[in-house]
Amino acid sequence: MTLGDSAVGLRCSQLEKRFGNLVALRRVDLEIAPGETVVLAGHNGAGKSTLLRLAAGLTRPTSGRVFIGTAEVREPGSARAVGFLAHQTMLYDELTAKENLVLFAKLLGVPEPVRRAENLLAEAGLGERGDSLVRTFSRGMRQRLALARALLSRPRVLLLDEPGTGLDAGGLAWVAGTLHELHRDGVTTVMSLHSQPELAAVATRAVRLQAGKVAADSAAGQALDAVLGMGAC
Amino acid sequence: MGKRIAGVVVLFLLLALTTYLAFYYAPVERTMGVIQKIFYLHLPSAFTAFIAMGICFTANLLYVFRRAPKWDWLGVSAAEVGLPFITVVLITGPIWAHPVWGVWWTWDARLTLTLVLWLLYVAYLLLRSMIEEPDRRALLSALFGIFAFLDVPLVYFSIRWFRTQHPQPVILGGPGSGLEPRMRVAYLLVWAAFTGLLILLLRSRYRLEAMRADVETLRREVEGR
Amino acid sequence: MGLARATGILLGKELRTELRSRELVTTTAVFVLLVIALFSFTFDPSSAESRRFGPGLLWLAFLFAASLMLQTCFLREQANDTLSGLRLCVGDPFAIFLAKLAANALFLLLTELLLLPVFSVLYNVPILRVWPSLVLVLLVGDVGICLTGTGMAAISAQARMRELLLPLLLLPLLTPVLIASTEATAALLSENPVLRWDWLGILLAFDGVFLTVLWLFGEYLLEE
Repeated sequence: MTLGDSAVGLRCSQLEKRFGNLVALRRVDLEIAPGETVVLAGHNGAGKSTLLRLAAGLTRPTSGRVFIGTAEVREPGSARAVGFLAHQTMLYDELTAKENLVLFAKLLGVPEPVRRAENLLAEAGLGERGDSLVRTFSRGMRQRLALARALLSRPRVLLLDEPGTGLDAGGLAWVAGTLHELHRDGVTTVMSLHSQPELAAVATRAVRLQAGKVAADSAAGQALDAVLGMGAC
Repeated sequence: MGKRIAGVVVLFLLLALTTYLAFYYAPVERTMGVIQKIFYLHLPSAFTAFIAMGICFTANLLYVFRRAPKWDWLGVSAAEVGLPFITVVLITGPIWAHPVWGVWWTWDARLTLTLVLWLLYVAYLLLRSMIEEPDRRALLSALFGIFAFLDVPLVYFSIRWFRTQHPQPVILGGPGSGLEPRMRVAYLLVWAAFTGLLILLLRSRYRLEAMRADVETLRREVEGR
Repeated sequence: MGLARATGILLGKELRTELRSRELVTTTAVFVLLVIALFSFTFDPSSAESRRFGPGLLWLAFLFAASLMLQTCFLREQANDTLSGLRLCVGDPFAIFLAKLAANALFLLLTELLLLPVFSVLYNVPILRVWPSLVLVLLVGDVGICLTGTGMAAISAQARMRELLLPLLLLPLLTPVLIASTEATAALLSENPVLRWDWLGILLAFDGVFLTVLWLFGEYLLEE
């Protein structure tokens, strides 16, 4: 899928997702311009994860549409220019860190998969542990590796579900630094956050979801910190 | 509402008429005797069950491609209404076989096929009860229904080849070969009545499912307020 | 990316994981061995009796073993939601099924090859003279089992009571495979061994039908 480098943002139009009786998203309209770094705030069950999974193409919307760039997201494989970090790590416990990255790099068709994997491992501060099984990793190390996995294909759009989970101060600093760099390179990032001011500091915009609807948006005039509800979020 | 009552009345009369036809109008079969009468229940039930399965398969396919809940409702209705007809076939078969062949159950090709079908559709309904979320339940059961339906011809051919190699009881002048005209009338009419019964049951079951979905939607709206 | 390349990469992953733990093949082999041993108590395993009951018992054991073995193939992917990871990276989700199918058919075949000599010795059935034909029947039958098996495992992994549900969904579907492979094996193990192409034909037809079904509908099985 070609995204047209100049216009790789994300757009939801009348996006709705129900799980049986439960309405996760109610006709959400949201437009994110290329290069923005957006924080999705909101309580548990507000629809943040659902929005990200829909944007990645993993879940089918009940109605409405999602666009990455100008192309509509229809199935997960079509959105390979998108990097996705899910709530779960999407890593194989029974493979080593390097094997995990090389496997996904090869599937993504990344050129020189082994070198790319090694570089990312070093960046994530896991260079020493590349040949250990993921089973032996701590939660924080898994999270670093999961984020490295999402970055494999040098995506133009990055969707991150709670990127700060399980990270120590060093880990958070690394993620914040990486996000900053990506922002400078013009990558569009959408991430859901709970309580990491370190990461929220990188944001250029904040959107608060409540009961499946956009409740506040800093692009609509409110102050970014007010939308985040800093301290409470 | 009036039309539905009329439908029920007509069907009731038709069923009463077929009972008369089967027991008094059609002659008693020469070699098998009175026991052959059970075929008026056995054969039309089998045909009706096949129609129900065809409907179920079509609904399953349509659901996978269209994703409209109504196809899921039709699929589950056809399976639930078809299952009793298959059960009737499985019960009347042995009742007939015992006096004629001297055993309750023979692993005859058609009877065995019916048993496998029964198992497949029980599995379909069981699968449905094991998934809570409606969309997922609809999709996965539709997919299983497709697998099951396409399996049927393969089951049939393998069983038929298998059984023709082994000795099996001979049906003495069984139905199908040179039917007596009055018998044919009876068979056809019973089948027509059963198909009518199938349609009537299917309609009410479908309505029930649609109502259930409506109730869920309403409850959702109330909860959303 | 081509379907073949993606399948190859994924198959490599499946084999590497299994090679590391050797869980599936060992457990399945022990299970089949147990069934073979227990069955011998239910009839007298003399040569004539074995020829009558042997092939059927063997394939029933394989079927049950496979329905246990296939449980894990999608459950493992659920542990860290790696299935979503694969779906994001693979252009055609059919590759995921092809890789799992190939890996499981290989594991099943390996188990069978390990246990056939044991069966032959315990039940006094000579198998050496029909070795290549027997492997052919096993392979075609295993592919059929794993084709429907991976499909049903994808379904049962998303339901409650999944351990019980998988055999319930899978075994009735496998009736043709059970009959045809048992008959083909029986013909090979008889006094005058023949390779029955008609039964092999049924097995091949089964494989063809369900390969097509999986190709057409596989992606929907993985939807969430």
